Amino acid sequence: MVVKADVQLDAKGLACPMPIVRTKKAMNELEEGQVLEVQATDKGSKADLAAWAKTVGHQYIGTSEVGEILFHYIRKCNPETSEQEEKTFEATIANEEIVNRDGLILDVREAAEFAFGHVPGAKSIPMGELEMRMKELDMNQEIYVICRTGTRSDMAAKTLAKAGFTKVYNVLPGMTGWTGELSKEL
Amino acid sequence: MTVNMWKAADVARKVIDNKELFILDVRNADAFEDWKIEGHQFDYLNIPYFELLDGVEEILPRIPTDKDVLVVCAKEGSSVMVAEMLSDAGLTVGYLEGGMKSWSMYLEPIKVGDLADGGELYQFVRLGKGCLSYMVVSGDEAAIIDAVRFTEVFTKFAEEKNITIKHVFDTHLHADHISGGRAIAAATGATYYLPPKDAEEVVYDYTPLEDGLTVKVGTSQINVGAVYSPGHTIGSTSFVVDGKYLLTGDILFIDSIGRPDLAGLAEDWVADLRESLYVRYRALAEDLIVCPAHFMIIDELNEDGTVAKRLGDLFAENHGLNVEDEKVFRSMVTDNLPPQPHAYQEIRHVNMGKIMPTDEEQTEMEIGPNRCAVR
Repeated sequence: MVVKADVQLDAKGLACPMPIVRTKKAMNELEEGQVLEVQATDKGSKADLAAWAKTVGHQYIGTSEVGEILFHYIRKCNPETSEQEEKTFEATIANEEIVNRDGLILDVREAAEFAFGHVPGAKSIPMGELEMRMKELDMNQEIYVICRTGTRSDMAAKTLAKAGFTKVYNVLPGMTGWTGELSKEL
Repeated sequence: MTVNMWKAADVARKVIDNKELFILDVRNADAFEDWKIEGHQFDYLNIPYFELLDGVEEILPRIPTDKDVLVVCAKEGSSVMVAEMLSDAGLTVGYLEGGMKSWSMYLEPIKVGDLADGGELYQFVRLGKGCLSYMVVSGDEAAIIDAVRFTEVFTKFAEEKNITIKHVFDTHLHADHISGGRAIAAATGATYYLPPKDAEEVVYDYTPLEDGLTVKVGTSQINVGAVYSPGHTIGSTSFVVDGKYLLTGDILFIDSIGRPDLAGLAEDWVADLRESLYVRYRALAEDLIVCPAHFMIIDELNEDGTVAKRLGDLFAENHGLNVEDEKVFRSMVTDNLPPQPHAYQEIRHVNMGKIMPTDEEQTEMEIGPNRCAVR
């Protein structure tokens, strides 16, 4: 399964430190929230990329190995703003409650984030595609919108409410606090 | 200013000669925490290279100017980058050629002492990994014990001394490093010995190393005698060389004792381990010099860089030899053991001949410290 990313970087055959040096440069060109795929063959790049992302505040999503090639995924974050934004959508629901209810779990994170781990049975519509793909959703069904920290899902819930959806809930705290089962699509 | 390339041998000199060195280790924090270059008088700063991509200005005040500075990373690339940045900032620094990988591979042969009639015992100290291999030299013949996988170091050493390697022993089936024993035997026509109780799963031919087996090395017929001493593994066997040296394998170290759990049978082997250390070794002469297959901490090195100490001294000083209560002993060697060595199951399978990884894969397997002891 190919994981979808906004930008690709080929760092195959490069030895440390070049994969990280190139990644840093490439990340500068990305918009906030976009996902970079880094292809590398240096085995050490996995631990280093994850540690680097953590120090600079980007989200390291994961690495999948296909043969000799490592596919790393990183989402650009702005640590100043992204986690702090206020969540204002009123109807919320706790992580633990959504598994016992009949509605649809709608995951609005990027495709790569979804691929590396989501709540079993969840439907993926990345935030940026929501307006266009809203018709795939059933207005009569309860919809639990989930993302990583509750910020994107807050926005998505508002977008759905504006379009006339009435049974919409923002799931808090979101995937960062998820301790239950995870499905992967790699 | 300038960037100098250091070889692992140069760093080894600093360790053995008890010199000062400032190491800027630019690997990530986990890697540094797990394993680093140890020296008696080394100081360290660990800043991952990826935190220095925008410049080294912030760390300049933390780098001394009155001693040698060496930048170290996993393989070399990042240390070269950081060393050049430091050089641009006006410092003179070195980087380690081949990084921690080359450090892990470096072997320093050091003479432990003389044997009868001009014979010699050499210890091959693998500083980066704490492995110790041995060569008994007598006349034009040699025997090797617990060789690590860098077989050329041993064969070249023998060539330079114009001697023939006749016997190659492993004291046990190693779990922390890949043995070079079989390869050396194959390359030189020597006999390869392994304790049969450790060899039940091996897929190659070997000569059984049994209790009481004695081989004679060289014209002066240096005695290399086997003493069955199970506990680390069920087959673990020690050697008495020339009535002077006791090669203990992974049963007894200078400042610790062997752990019984790496083949998965800690509970079963505790009694064997105790019997070997408290009964079998007690029956040996206290003036024997113990030469183990590992050291764990740099303090175990003698002034000349060797790792060896009188058995009688160990009876007095080594905590693991002084636990009176059997229950306390049992709990010491089975509870709260340190983490098992990196990839130890795969390493055992390599040593059994079941898998044949590439050189690079073998290097990966051996990354990190050895962890064969309990203190």
